[in-house]
Amino acid sequence: MPAVSKGDGMRGLAVFISDIRNCKSKEAEIKRINKELANIRSKFKGDKALDGYSKKKYVCKLLFIFLLGHDIDFGHMEAVNLLSSNKYTEKQIGYLFISVLVNSNSELIRLINNAIKNDLASRNPTFMCLALHCIANVGSREMGEAFAADIPRILVAGDSMDSVKQSAALCLLRLYKASPDLVPMGEWTARVVHLLNDQHMGVVTAAVSLITCLCKKNPDDFKTCISLAVSRLSRIVSSASTDLQDYTYYFVPAPWLSVKLLRLLQCYPPPEDAAVKGRLVECLETVLNKAQEPPKSKKVQHSNAKNAILFETISLIIHYDSEPNLLVRACNQLGQFLQHRETNLRYLALESMCTLASSEFSHEAVKTHIDTVINALKTERDVSVRQRAADLLYAMCDRSNAKQIVSEMLRYLETADYAIREEIVLKVAILAEKYAVDYSWYVDTILNLIRIAGDYVSEEVWYRVLQIVTNRDDVQGYAAKTVFEALQAPACHENMVKVGGYILGEFGNLIAGDPRSSPPVQFSLLHSKFHLCSVATRALLLSTYIKFINLFPETKATIQGVLRAGSQLRNADVELQQRAVEYLTLSSVASTDVLATVLEEMPPFPERESSILAKLKRKKGPGAASALDDGRRDPSSNDINGGVEPTPSTVSTPSPSADLLGLRAAPPPAAPPASAGAGNLLVDVFDGPAAQPSLGPTPEEAFLSPGPEDIGPPIPEADELLNKFVCKNNGVLFENQLLQIGVKSEFRQNLGRMYLFYGNKTSVQFQNFSPTVVHPGDLQTHILSGLGQPPTKRVAAQVDGGAQVQQVLNIECLRDFLTPPLLSLPVTINKFFQPTEMAAQDFFQRWKQLSLPQQEAQKIFKANHPMDAEVTKAKLLGFGSALLDNVDPNPENFVGAGIIQTKALQVGCLLRLEPNAQAQMYRLTLRTSKEPVSRHLCELLAQQF
Amino acid sequence: VRLKGQGKRCKRSEGLEIRFILIQNRAGKTRLAKWYMQFDDDEKQKLIEEVHAVVTVRDAKHTNFVEFRNFKIIYRRYAGLYFCICVDVNDNNLAYLEAIHNFVVLNEYFHNVCELDLVFNFYKVYTVVDEMFLAGEIRETSQTKVLKQLLMLQSLE
Repeated sequence: MPAVSKGDGMRGLAVFISDIRNCKSKEAEIKRINKELANIRSKFKGDKALDGYSKKKYVCKLLFIFLLGHDIDFGHMEAVNLLSSNKYTEKQIGYLFISVLVNSNSELIRLINNAIKNDLASRNPTFMCLALHCIANVGSREMGEAFAADIPRILVAGDSMDSVKQSAALCLLRLYKASPDLVPMGEWTARVVHLLNDQHMGVVTAAVSLITCLCKKNPDDFKTCISLAVSRLSRIVSSASTDLQDYTYYFVPAPWLSVKLLRLLQCYPPPEDAAVKGRLVECLETVLNKAQEPPKSKKVQHSNAKNAILFETISLIIHYDSEPNLLVRACNQLGQFLQHRETNLRYLALESMCTLASSEFSHEAVKTHIDTVINALKTERDVSVRQRAADLLYAMCDRSNAKQIVSEMLRYLETADYAIREEIVLKVAILAEKYAVDYSWYVDTILNLIRIAGDYVSEEVWYRVLQIVTNRDDVQGYAAKTVFEALQAPACHENMVKVGGYILGEFGNLIAGDPRSSPPVQFSLLHSKFHLCSVATRALLLSTYIKFINLFPETKATIQGVLRAGSQLRNADVELQQRAVEYLTLSSVASTDVLATVLEEMPPFPERESSILAKLKRKKGPGAASALDDGRRDPSSNDINGGVEPTPSTVSTPSPSADLLGLRAAPPPAAPPASAGAGNLLVDVFDGPAAQPSLGPTPEEAFLSPGPEDIGPPIPEADELLNKFVCKNNGVLFENQLLQIGVKSEFRQNLGRMYLFYGNKTSVQFQNFSPTVVHPGDLQTHILSGLGQPPTKRVAAQVDGGAQVQQVLNIECLRDFLTPPLLSLPVTINKFFQPTEMAAQDFFQRWKQLSLPQQEAQKIFKANHPMDAEVTKAKLLGFGSALLDNVDPNPENFVGAGIIQTKALQVGCLLRLEPNAQAQMYRLTLRTSKEPVSRHLCELLAQQF
Repeated sequence: VRLKGQGKRCKRSEGLEIRFILIQNRAGKTRLAKWYMQFDDDEKQKLIEEVHAVVTVRDAKHTNFVEFRNFKIIYRRYAGLYFCICVDVNDNNLAYLEAIHNFVVLNEYFHNVCELDLVFNFYKVYTVVDEMFLAGEIRETSQTKVLKQLLMLQSLE
């Protein structure tokens, strides 16, 4: 066969390309191109009609010029004309020009529809393929509208040539992906599935791609493909290495088709039909067996093709996650690859093992390779391989090996590439927190992180250590001692100064007894770092100093001296100056009591998803994120960040809270220019909830003699946000693009005070701003909420753009109630809880006293959040009851007691929460002296776990 | 206790799908760019430069895969030319690595192909690619079949 020679057929084109290549400078090239463009333009405009060959040649030159990066603004019509040519070479150039340039000129598409239609109908397979390829390459909606109906017909027509079927299948796939609505399913779909049986392997290969795509959107319609795919796969896998002739690739039968079939099967769960499943498992086993056979060729192509199938097989095994035997075999196979001399295989084995690590069946098998993986982390030359090793260590980490893995990662960090340091830092921080058994180890690990890679320790990481130290009093003394020691180093990272400054300011008193870390020593140590630090750190240290004055009155004079120094009081930085002035005044003016109140130890931070996790997820692709998710789902972990529900303060995105008041359609802030408009808008805002009371009102009579339906859902499901306040008192109640409403509330006995903060998020003034509280039904008889100030002044009628106004609500609980006041104030009955401590004996006595069936409410429910004892405790405390230790014989269970204080009566409440980690269920039992209260509290609380 | 079935990656959002194919020389000159996703011209130029920067710094001890934005590049070097395929991160690396090797049909088609053949016959290279890949999917995997088809087209006027 004659091979193609240079510029075959178009001498002019070859000459032009040579000229361009010979240009010595960019200018010369542009000059030559302009000359050519002028020439072509004159030819196209000339009187003489061009023959097909010339047209083809000039269009091809234009295409070449375009590909060099120059704009082409003519020649499109000539290209379109070429489509109508009978000659393949001319038609091909026309189609090529359109496919390549179509982005820049979509008008073209309308001009060519006719030509494409003719070619599709031509019964000439070469022309049909050209047209199909053009549609597939352009793939626009206009193309879909014109041809989506024709292509299925061509695909399943009995007389279509194989190559046409191949192209038609993929062309249809492209149109379906671009605009699925244009490709109606029909009787052709069943016939497409049967293409899996086609004799021509190329047709099957193309068809599998199409079916995979279709079945993702319509899994049930394409279910029949499972058994067909399995039998096709089985035939390929069991065939001898030469059976498939053209489709054998380096002694591997049909590797790509096998891979595609295995991926198709991953769209579905394991086959239900036992025979099909048996056959498939046989296939998977055969692939695993073949991996152990000696290679049939030394060529890398042979092993690559074979292993492409192997890795896809392992993916399917992991996808099913139901065959322990296969999972362990897969793991062993990958274990062999971990030490293979091919870097590609080591990389892929690490990557694939990462997913195996999260299967309960293979997690232990993966862990046996820990030494090899650690070694890879230390010795691999390719940073991406080391990264996979770090991912895998992260994925295989559990309580048993956390210390080893964390220490190896820390060691690696010292030499790690800059590119991956931050990620390693995040991973170490997360593992240390997640698997910390004693928190001193956690503190040590984080301080080590700062020491080794301080620059890569982001705010999230050091904030987190402060949160954890603040929330766990068992580690505070140790933390203070450790940071104090760390700060002794002559050169320590600024992040260390931040952590040290904060911790000593809060807990420095815990080590002040030791003369080596007496208050003056602590202060001078911190202050020795002061001048080298950035403004933000110095600001933090100033706060530490004022806390010192409170903690250690003996340091007052020294610190006041520092604050008084000109370098502080007249600091050019406004923040520093202000802090110095204010702290100095505070320390001089305020009494010890006031100072102690102002500078009281920070309250515990609300538990929530670690911000570090969120950051890592943002940073990393699916690999790490999924490993993380897996980790987070591990219910046995007793970590602080086990996927706790976000606190209201983290819920600051507009949309979810917008749902709360049903305000999705709120117009953007710029929309209401007139004052009346703004006023109306806000009336609408508050009309939203007021329209809801149909859900709420509970007539008094019915309330006193409740039928089961009367309790109803105490909180509509949409009020998820509101729900979060059941166990909390402060946070963001509502937020959309216009308005944020924050809540701070406190409750004592049957009285409550609630501060509402209305923040105008727009730059426009709100006028006639007037929030009102609606009591659904006769709630007023149960709960009295009065406004703290005269109505006219309660909230300024105007709220400036960006400003915030405050409203105070005084609330009195007159008697028990179920439905919270509207504007959805987070006032639920449990707010009036008074915790009651009692001994086990008393508890059981009272428990027995409340043994009437109607006094008890019980709910058994599935856990919606990871079952974490610490979190549960925090929630129960936030709910308002006291937590009683050593009452329940089972230490896993929680027992609480409290009294609901209302004006009319007091309701004693006992509760018991029994988690079942195995089943991911809880049983919650409430006993109170008033039946509706039992049920209502039970409902409220059950939604929190 | 690890929960059954929860561990697996949520993947398979797409089938085997190619985002683009690039053939570049060591100097970064593009010898073929085939796009299966909509990019505007500036974006294409940026991608071309980035791919070149990522791929040419790697040596034989490195893998043939490199993470690239939210995708990955699977590449193979033949003499002075880099053949690069950009796919989803969950796609099968080795399958694409060998799909690239199917480009050896160029060798027979152009009779010991060299870089210049791709320059002077750029319009034929597109035909070769369309035979092997279409709509971002692998269309034909048999080198014999592809070559037969190419020679048949070659014989047409």
